Amino acid sequence: MFNAKIWKLGDDIDTDIILPTEYLAFETVNEMKPYAFSPLRPDLASKIQPGDMIVAGHNFGCGSSREQAPEVVKALGVSCIVAKSYARIFFRNAINNGLLLIEQPDLYDEVQEGDMAQVEPGKEIIVNGKSYEIANLPDNLMEILEAGGLVKAMRKRNGLD
Amino acid sequence: MGMTMAEKIIAAAAGVESCKAGDIETVTIDRLMSNDGTTHLTIDMYNNLKNPRIADVNKLVWIIDHNIPADSPKTAASHKKMRDFAKEHGITFYEGEGVCHQVMMEKHVRPGELIFGADSHTCAYGALGAFGTGVGCTDYLYGMVTGTSWLLVPETIRFNLHGKLKKGVYARDLILTIIGRISANGANYKAMEFAGEGLHELSIADRISICNLCVEAGAKTALMEVDDVAMDYLTTHGREPKALYKSDEDAVFSEVFDIDLSEIEPIVAKPHFVDNVVPAKECEGVKIDEAFLGSCNNGRIEDLRVGAQVIKGKHVADKVRFLVVPASREVYKQALEEGLLDIFMEAGAMVMNPNCSVCWGACQGVIGEGETLISTGTRNFKGRAGHKDSFVYLASAATVTASAVRGCISTAEEV
Repeated sequence: MFNAKIWKLGDDIDTDIILPTEYLAFETVNEMKPYAFSPLRPDLASKIQPGDMIVAGHNFGCGSSREQAPEVVKALGVSCIVAKSYARIFFRNAINNGLLLIEQPDLYDEVQEGDMAQVEPGKEIIVNGKSYEIANLPDNLMEILEAGGLVKAMRKRNGLD
Repeated sequence: MGMTMAEKIIAAAAGVESCKAGDIETVTIDRLMSNDGTTHLTIDMYNNLKNPRIADVNKLVWIIDHNIPADSPKTAASHKKMRDFAKEHGITFYEGEGVCHQVMMEKHVRPGELIFGADSHTCAYGALGAFGTGVGCTDYLYGMVTGTSWLLVPETIRFNLHGKLKKGVYARDLILTIIGRISANGANYKAMEFAGEGLHELSIADRISICNLCVEAGAKTALMEVDDVAMDYLTTHGREPKALYKSDEDAVFSEVFDIDLSEIEPIVAKPHFVDNVVPAKECEGVKIDEAFLGSCNNGRIEDLRVGAQVIKGKHVADKVRFLVVPASREVYKQALEEGLLDIFMEAGAMVMNPNCSVCWGACQGVIGEGETLISTGTRNFKGRAGHKDSFVYLASAATVTASAVRGCISTAEEV
């Protein structure tokens, strides 16, 4: 269980918003961090604190297969994203990088930016005293998430770690 | 119960007799394509593995297309990393050959294959009856090292196409119409399958254009049955199918749409979403600064012929840049032979080498603050083509070229 401050974005947050093309060639994800979400909210990356969460509407992460998108969100220290739905490539990429994604249909419409949430993965999110039910991911994805990403899960499975 | 084309390809790749939407299968991947968008990241991860190995090097195809020729020392270093690794490990490697999906269609994709591409528009391969799906570089690495991956078997939305497109209406108009109808996540996690007698009327170029854009509706893959037109294309390019599949009569589809091709009109997708579509007429007069004819969606010889016909004997409007980017070396040479490039250059267009160009907002032709681009590219997201406060409209080769001539959005009829 953890507590997180909410940053609220809209529907169809695409990968060019999460990280614009011109920053993809940067060698490290740390260099990319200040530019996350910059076409939409240039100051957001500097405001997000480790442990904060992002709440969004439908189709989060639509667009490109660029893995720098979930990587940069993870690097900002975002604890989880709660959205109504995710685009599928982003969904896989996020899990593969150990970034927790939660699907929840109602939360987005009822919370405000700055609200505090109490998250119990696989069970519920509580905001302003109201509980929002959340489901567990399938076992194969939980294994990847818990290991911290696909490469780490692969190493663990092969007895390398 | 019958199976869909997607279910059949996944079942074959998983070595099981049957599977159904919702199952999770472990599949053996037939081919793995990666480009210079993320391959450098794959290589870094590969080098950090304890016992790195490649399951089957013959399945890998690496293509430098997004930023070629290199536009900065950083890009050059990233290309060198990719080039050196490919040569060292004997990976099939192209640079300067064309946009990755066009090169894959010309040289590698076979019907019935399950293909991973580290690029979202990999769904284009359905035009030849292959299950192409976009993945990130970690999934790519896993496939490269183990030869396998896991897939959630998708539900299929079926589109039955009837009749023929009217003169002056193109596959791009059709797929934008469909995306507008089902929305940018209308096919999320699903396969989009196209069938019906109207499909047989469409060229391979049309089919690639349709399948390629299905990811803009969220689709996991796009699929089309292989017919004589597709077999001719394969034969011409010296390849044979791996296997031919079509959906059973009693296959289960999540939705079925019947589309009369003769009802489709020229369409434009307005900023900043691909499903924000309106009839092209409604955008007439919107002033443009740049026009782009190219990309994995519309940079084929058929598109260049359409553009050349519109612009022949005319000139690009004052203060407008018109970029023409053939999708591959094969297309470039053919266009040269047919005199199309002469027509474009005499009209004042810039003819560039095959690459992804401004479609992905890097490499060349990026637009500045407040500028407007009309493009045959794949996306019109905010900031996609350059400055965060710029505007991208998507349209067919005909509409884009007509707009380049008039300096504002126009259909080809008016030029």
